[in-house]
Amino acid sequence: MAEPYQHKIANALGDPKLQLAIYSATGRLADGRRRTVSTEAFPDYQELRQHAHEIKKHTLNHLDFYLQELERNVEARGGRVIWARDGQEARAFIRNLARERATNLIVKSKSMTTEEIHLNEHLAQDGIEAVETDLGEYILQLAGEKPFHIIAPALHKTREDIAHLFERRLHAAHETTPERLTAIARAALREKFLEAGIGITGANFLVADSGMVVLVENEGNARLSCSAPRIHVAVSGIEKVIPRAQDLGVFLNLLGRSATGQPLSVYTSFLSGPRREGELDGPEEFYLVLLDNGRTKVLADAEKRQSLYCIRCGACLNNCPVYRKIGGYSYPWVYSGPIGKILTPQFMGVHQDPWLPFASSLCGACAEVCPVKIEIPKILLALRAEITEAGIQKGGMVEKLAFRMWAWLMRHPRIYERVAPVAAAAASRLPRAGPLKAWLSQRDLPPLARRSFRQLWRERRK
Amino acid sequence: MPRVSLFVTCIVDQVFPQVGLAMAGVLDRAGCEIEFREAQTCCGQPAFNSGYRREARTVAEYFLQVFEDADYIVVPSGSCASMIAHHYAELFDAGDTRIAGLASRVWEFSRFLVDVLHVEDVGARLERVATYHDGCHALREMRTKEAPRRLLEHVRGLRLAEMDAAEECCGFGGTFSVKFPEVSGGMARTKIDSILRSGAEIVVSTDSSCLMQIQGVLSRAGTGVRTMHLAEVLDSR
Amino acid sequence: MNSREFILSRVRAALGRGAADPVPEPPPVLLRFASSPPPDRAEKFRSALEALGGKVAIVNTPGEAGAYVESALAGRRAIASQAPILEACGIDSLPSVTTEHSRQACAAADASITSAEYALAETGTLVVSAGLRDSRMVSLLPPCHIAVIERSKILENLDEFLDVCRQPAAQSSAVVLITGPSRTADIEMRLVRGVHGPGEIHVVIVNNVTAAPSYASEET
Repeated sequence: MAEPYQHKIANALGDPKLQLAIYSATGRLADGRRRTVSTEAFPDYQELRQHAHEIKKHTLNHLDFYLQELERNVEARGGRVIWARDGQEARAFIRNLARERATNLIVKSKSMTTEEIHLNEHLAQDGIEAVETDLGEYILQLAGEKPFHIIAPALHKTREDIAHLFERRLHAAHETTPERLTAIARAALREKFLEAGIGITGANFLVADSGMVVLVENEGNARLSCSAPRIHVAVSGIEKVIPRAQDLGVFLNLLGRSATGQPLSVYTSFLSGPRREGELDGPEEFYLVLLDNGRTKVLADAEKRQSLYCIRCGACLNNCPVYRKIGGYSYPWVYSGPIGKILTPQFMGVHQDPWLPFASSLCGACAEVCPVKIEIPKILLALRAEITEAGIQKGGMVEKLAFRMWAWLMRHPRIYERVAPVAAAAASRLPRAGPLKAWLSQRDLPPLARRSFRQLWRERRK
Repeated sequence: MPRVSLFVTCIVDQVFPQVGLAMAGVLDRAGCEIEFREAQTCCGQPAFNSGYRREARTVAEYFLQVFEDADYIVVPSGSCASMIAHHYAELFDAGDTRIAGLASRVWEFSRFLVDVLHVEDVGARLERVATYHDGCHALREMRTKEAPRRLLEHVRGLRLAEMDAAEECCGFGGTFSVKFPEVSGGMARTKIDSILRSGAEIVVSTDSSCLMQIQGVLSRAGTGVRTMHLAEVLDSR
Repeated sequence: MNSREFILSRVRAALGRGAADPVPEPPPVLLRFASSPPPDRAEKFRSALEALGGKVAIVNTPGEAGAYVESALAGRRAIASQAPILEACGIDSLPSVTTEHSRQACAAADASITSAEYALAETGTLVVSAGLRDSRMVSLLPPCHIAVIERSKILENLDEFLDVCRQPAAQSSAVVLITGPSRTADIEMRLVRGVHGPGEIHVVIVNNVTAAPSYASEET
C-alpha cells in the first residue's frame, strides 16, 4: 500500500506542467544566486558565510542572554515583548489584542513563522480576517493553499490559474498579463492596508543591542503592514536574534544574494518600536511575539542545534535535485526542501514522518549553498541513525536484519567471496521484488561480473 | 616509489572489476608499487548512509584493521574515499588514533595522480567525445574538480565536452535509489538530458555507482551513449 | 511559571547554562568597504540603480535639480517632504507640489519627493528614515518616488552605512533601505515593477548644494 506521501510525490512527478514550473523557477533563482556570489561579483562571499555561521553559533549558544538584551531594548523604545511557548499562546495574544482594540481586519506580510502556527485559520474561526499581502501569499490565500516554496510561494500557479482565481474571488476582469494581475492585487490590497487595525509581520532578524526588527522584502507590503495600521505585531521565532546592528552587514549581504540573486532586496526596514514623538506617522503600539514552539527542543541537541541558524533564504530548495522533482507539497510541514527535511523531524519528532530524512541522495548541494553553512547532510545522517535506532521505519525490521547479516559478511571475506556470486545469481532468477524491482522500474541493471576483481587479480599474479 | 594499497570498493570488486584493473594499470605505469589486500571488502557506507551506525562501525573497524599499515590507500571512488577520510570520524571517538591520519592517507584516484604523483599525462589515447560527471561526494567532500579534467585533457584523441549540469546529482544516493525509485529515476533522466545536450559519446566519472545509475538510464532510454570510469579512459591506449 | 521564565529556563537547560553565566565576546564585527574616491560614487550609484530600472540624474546646481524634478513630474500631483535640500531646489514651491503628509494625501498623490539620509553606491540604495520631515508613507504609497540628495551623502555600500550609522534605531523608529523600484516575480517568475510601493524611482544627485544645510543626524 502506498503511503500518502508517496501519492503526493507521484502526483508532482506526474504533472509535466508543474515539473516545468518548478524547474524554471528554482533554476532562475539558483542562477541569480550563482551570479551574485561568484568570486568576481563578491570576493568576500566565503568569508562572510563562515562569519555568519560563527555569529549564529555564538548567539544560539548564549541565546538566553541575547533574548533578554533584546527584550530590554525593545521595551526601552516603547515596544512590548510577548513570550509564547507555542502557537496557541501566540494566537491567543493576537486574538485578544484584536478584540480589545476592536478590530477584525489584520494585514499580514509574508511570515513562515505564522504559517507554522496556522495563525490565519485560527483567527478566521474567531471572526477576524487576516489578509496576506505578499502577492504570492495573497494568491495562495485566495486559492486556499499553502506556500509551495519559502520565498516563491506561488511558483506552481500559472497566470491563467491566477486570472481565474481573481475573477472568481475578487470579481475582477479577466486579465492574464502579470502586470495587470499585479495591479488588481495592488488595488484590492491597498484598501485593506488603509482599513486594517493591526499589521502582522515576521522578522528576518532581531537585533539584541538595539531592539530592532529587521524586515527584508521586495514588494513594499511589509513596509505597509508595519506602518499603516495603528498596531504592529512582529511574530518571530526566538532563534532570529543576532547580537549587534553592525552584524547586519554580514547577514544582509548574504540573504538577498542567496535568496533571489539581489545584492540587497528592494526594501530593508530597520524597525524599532512604535512611532516616536515628533514622527509624522507609524504605529502607536508595537509588540514583538517571541515564539518557542519547539525551538528549545532543537536547541538542546548540540550537534543538530545548527538547524536553527537558518535565515530562510530558500537557496537549499532551489539547488536541491529532490525538491526540484517533488516540489513543496510533498513535504509534510510548512518548511520544505532540505531545510524542511531537517527541521520537520526535530520539531514534530522523528516518529511522525520517518521517511523524510531518507528522501535525499545526500548530494550535499544544499550545504554548499547555505549562507550560514548548516551541515544539512550531516544532520540528515544523524536523523537517519535516530530513526533506525528507534526502529520506526517502514520495513525497518527486515532492513535491520539485512544490514546485520551484511555487516557480518563484510568481515568475513572468504565467505563473502563465495556468497556474493551465488546471491547475485539467485537474485536474477527470483521474481522481481523489493529493491531489485524498484531499481528495474527506472533503469537497467548491469550484469554482475563473471569474475570478481579479486579473482582476476589473483589470476594475473600467477 | 610510492607504495599504494588498492581499495577497489565492493561495487568494483563485484560488478566492475575492469575498473580496478584499469586503475592498477595506470598506477603501475605511473611508477607506484601496488598491492591488493585480499581481505578487503567494503568501507561501510551503505550501512552508515542508511542509519545503521553500529553495523557501519563494525565494517569500518574491519577496514581499519585490513589497511592498518598501508601508506597510501587509493580508491576508484570519491564517495567511498570520503566515507573513510571524513565520515569514519563520526563513528569513532575523537581521540581514536586509527582515525587521526586517515584523511592524508586515503585518496580518490584522480586526485592521487594529480596531487600526490603530480602526473597529468598518463599516456592514454581514446578517440571519443567525452563529458564528465562530477560525483557529489568526489566534488563536495573530496574536492575533486580539476584533477579529472586535467587528466582527461591529456588523453590523446579525446575531446572534453562539458555538460551544463555537470555538478548536478545523478540521483543514485545508495538506498535512496530503491527507496524513492521514481524520484531517483527522475533525477537521472534530468542528468541524461544534460549529457545528451553535450553531444558526448561517453560519460566519464570517478565513481562507478553514479555510472551504474547513469548507464542504467541511458540504456533504458535506448541511447548509444555509454559510461566509462575515469580509470578505464586513462588505461586506454 | 510565566511563559517568559518558562522559555528562558528551557533555553538555559538546553544550553546547560546558568542564568548568571558569563557570555564571551561575540565574533568581531565584520564590515567590508573599500572606499572608492567619492567622484566615482555617483556614477557607481547611477549604474547600480539604473540596472534595477530606476532613473538617475547627476546635476550641478539646486536649480538644475528643481528643473529635473519639475519635468519628471510632468504636472503630476506630488507630496514633498520638508527637507532643506528640496527647499533649496525650489521644489516645495512647484505648482503641483504640497507638503501635506496625511495618509489620505499620500494615498491620493501621484508622486512623492524626498531627500535621503544617505545613498549607497554599490547597490543603488537610498537610506530614508521616518521623522519630522518624512512620514513612513510618503516614499511608499505614491506610484512614483523622487529623491534629491547631495553628492556628499553617497557612501560606498551597506557596510559603510553601518559603520557611519552604528545604531539605526537611535535615528528613527523606521530606517528603510530602498534599493530600486518595488517589484515582484510571484507570477510565473516574471518581473513586475510597482507592487505595493513605487514602481518608478528617480534619484537626483546634486553636486553643489551650498544653500542647503545638512539635516541628517550624524550618529557617533
